[in-house]
Amino acid sequence: MDIDLSFIWAGIIAFAVLAYVVLDGFDLGIGIVFPFFRNRRDRDVMTNTIAPVWDGNETWLVLGGGGLMAVFPLAYAIILPALYMPIILMLISLIFRGVAFEFRWRTHHESHLWDFGFWIGSSVAALMQGIALGALVQGITVSGRQYAGGWWDWLTPFSVLTGVAVLVGYALLGVTWLNLKTSGDIQARSAKLARPLSLLLLALIGIVSLWTPFINEMYFERWFRWPTAFFSSFVPLLLAVCAIALWHGLTHDKHLQPFLAALGLFVLSFTGLGISFYPYMIPGVLTIKDAAAPESSLKFLLVGAAVLVPTILAYTGYAYWVFRGKVDHGEGYH
Amino acid sequence: MTFMGLEAEMLARIQFAFTVSFHFIFPAFSIGTASYLAVLNALWLWKRDEAYLRLFEYWKTIFAVTFAMGVVSGIVMSYQFGTNWSAFSDKAGPVIGPLMGYEVLTAFFLEAGFLGIALFGRKRVGDVAHMVAVAMVAIGTLISATWITSANSWMHTPAGFSIDANGVFIPEDWWQIIFNPSFPYRMTHTVLAAFLTTAFAVGAVGAWHLLRDRENRQARIMFSMAMWMAAIVTPIQILAGDLHGLNTLEHQPAKIAAMEGHYETHKDGAPLILFGIPDDEAETTHYSLEVPKLGSLILKHEFDGEIKGLKEWPRDQRPPALMPFITFRIMVGIGFLMLGIGVWSLWARWKGQLYDTPWLHRMAVAMGGSGFVAVLAGWYTTEVGRQPWTVYGHLRTAESLSPVSAPAVGASLLTFILVYFIVFGAGVYYLLKLMRRSPTPLEDHELEAGPIRTAGITPGPAQDHP
Ligand code: HDD
Ligand code: HEM
Ligand code: HEM
Repeated sequence: MDIDLSFIWAGIIAFAVLAYVVLDGFDLGIGIVFPFFRNRRDRDVMTNTIAPVWDGNETWLVLGGGGLMAVFPLAYAIILPALYMPIILMLISLIFRGVAFEFRWRTHHESHLWDFGFWIGSSVAALMQGIALGALVQGITVSGRQYAGGWWDWLTPFSVLTGVAVLVGYALLGVTWLNLKTSGDIQARSAKLARPLSLLLLALIGIVSLWTPFINEMYFERWFRWPTAFFSSFVPLLLAVCAIALWHGLTHDKHLQPFLAALGLFVLSFTGLGISFYPYMIPGVLTIKDAAAPESSLKFLLVGAAVLVPTILAYTGYAYWVFRGKVDHGEGYH
Repeated sequence: MTFMGLEAEMLARIQFAFTVSFHFIFPAFSIGTASYLAVLNALWLWKRDEAYLRLFEYWKTIFAVTFAMGVVSGIVMSYQFGTNWSAFSDKAGPVIGPLMGYEVLTAFFLEAGFLGIALFGRKRVGDVAHMVAVAMVAIGTLISATWITSANSWMHTPAGFSIDANGVFIPEDWWQIIFNPSFPYRMTHTVLAAFLTTAFAVGAVGAWHLLRDRENRQARIMFSMAMWMAAIVTPIQILAGDLHGLNTLEHQPAKIAAMEGHYETHKDGAPLILFGIPDDEAETTHYSLEVPKLGSLILKHEFDGEIKGLKEWPRDQRPPALMPFITFRIMVGIGFLMLGIGVWSLWARWKGQLYDTPWLHRMAVAMGGSGFVAVLAGWYTTEVGRQPWTVYGHLRTAESLSPVSAPAVGASLLTFILVYFIVFGAGVYYLLKLMRRSPTPLEDHELEAGPIRTAGITPGPAQDHP
């Protein structure tokens, strides 16, 4: 075959990561905005909007990580030690927020503690994902087949900025999701909260976008030199469209539109990143081709993925369909 | 650089052992409970006897809590290969990775996708689709166990690969990789272990409530079902374990020597060392209590079979003997105790006194956690016995490590220990609390409810769809 399997796999992994970011993004976002909803009953409703789907959403993270090990083992082996601390912190945060779904129902006295865990877990996980991303964009020191940088390389002003941007972005996804899935007071407050978050996120996307090209010559080339600039100029254009749709939806009491527009912002930012990175996995150091596992590994897993990923999308869609509609305060058992 | 006197390698090993031990405790229980729920739901649909529905609801909440802990501890595992064992990931990733990739695609998504419907969706999708969802979750856990034990078995008995100039394992034959020599044995033994673990936990809950109220119908059903499992599955498990041991003798004789505490090779019949303290320094097992020739009889099925001792291998290729020696005895001891309970229950059942033998019930309560201990003991035997290799005979543990410094691994290890004890400690406490509820026809009370279960969804057009 002519088509290089490693590029197909890069596409699949990118898709898994994007799916994770948008799906778990709104889950984590709900946790992030917990402090704005103090009433326990409100929080019940909020967690109930995601209780049946959060585990499936998080599974995309496992596919992103596990898939990377399977098809780009070298990239996995370099990136994870480089991002050691943010990843460990993310994992620990995900523990707190994952168990909170069940634990907060198992106790009267400590339920606010698990709510606190849900908030801090969601927030730190989001922050660390953003920091990891920023650190990767900035570049990783490699020697031979191993990470060769220091333990704090990941912590820079730029990575903190991307961390905050992801945190704010997830919060926006969360409130627009609540705007879609709840009614009454919770919905009204979510919609109100969404406005400052939108402005903040757009500002952050702007700063990150302007900063990125100056980090690395390669990014600059991509964005400002002909002919790639022609394609890359579409991204900001579409971003503007999404921003307008988002604002219009929020000011005109639309339920679905703000959520879709917020998703659009994520998809576009992600595409922008793809433009900067291609054809590298680790910018300037390791290309997709060099990172790829042996042909036999790529083939073996691709056969399954070709059938299984669409199947997964189908039954995941079904699960979302089953739990469609608005969630409300207690309506009795089941 | 060291951290509290330990090297990075040792710390990383402790971190893996610690996190995977926690991770395995929950899956061992959720694999069993998922299947148990599927059986209960099927019985309810078939017999329309409310008792089964109540039992389903009762165990459902327990399952949900366990499952959540299984998921979060599992995510840690899948990233730990990269953080602490990046050299291993780089080299063995092309083989191990796709197996775990298939686990994600065929099992994790299946479990997670249908979990919501299985837990909260009965009214929304109707009985049939709900039954399918419950079955899918159960099947998902079994598929997951299959892939991961295949990956793990490959590390013990690697097959179907070549090694390139960079030391990377290149997959040559996926069939040989998946069905590597120890996989069928390890898979069977592990899944049966999960079922037994659950059976004894369920049995203990049933027995505990029988001790309070002998007439409680739900408690009787639980107890009876669990005791059938104990009586039928334990002997099969012992047989599977024996075959597993023979397989190990063939492929990893040094591990067997460590498990048996033999340093010397016995050419004409090895004794079975019942107890003792293996000492790797002195190369002898102190205070050993031996039965002549029995070791060869068990492992070779003949009195004079030759069993190799650890001295056959250079020191740097021997596993440490103390740990496998002890944990193996714990596992086997528990296996025979389980058999004892199973036989006793058959006897009591035959006499018509299954529900009227308080001492049996007390023993069953005492044995409630035995499966967890046996499962961990079994894994410790297997994994420590594989040392000093990660991929047996080809990749040393010392060569598998990330370029990490001891303080970084040590600090994350301490964090994991702290967080796991707090979070999973609380989780186990909640589980025990849930198990203490009497499985009687209880009407909702708040703590029973849990996610979504108190909240309906409006409008719910599909609410009563068949
Ligand atoms: C024999 C069974 C078994 C074994 C040895 C392991 N697991 Fe596991 N794992 C399961 C059986 C299982 C399960 C039954 O399928 C779980 C438990 C609860 C659950 O959600 O699925 C699970 C969950 C689970 C998850 C969360 C899946 C999700 O998001 O739904 C991950 C990422 C892993 N595991 C990864 C691992 C890794 C990397 C292991 C090896 C070191 C490992 N597991 C050993
Ligand atoms: C879930 C049950 C498991 C348990 C309880 C378990 C237990 C252990 C223990 C105790 C160690 C430390 C051994 C030592 O340091 O002497 C270890 C190491 C290790 N195990 Fe397992 N293991 C399990 C499953 C797995 C699986 C499924 C895999 C791979 C797919 C795996 C891969 C490893 C690796 C890579 C190490 C680190 C290297 C080493 O120290 O050997 N384990 N495990
Ligand atoms: C009494 C009879 C038993 C025998 C003879 C036996 C035998 C064995 C052997 C030889 C191993 C090591 C395999 C290796 O070399 O890698 C093993 C591992 C293991 N055992 Fe047992 N076992 C028994 C009972 C049990 C029971 C009752 C449980 C749990 C309920 C259990 C759970 C396990 C587990 C989880 C492992 C690690 C996974 C594996 O390698 O299969 N065993 N057993």
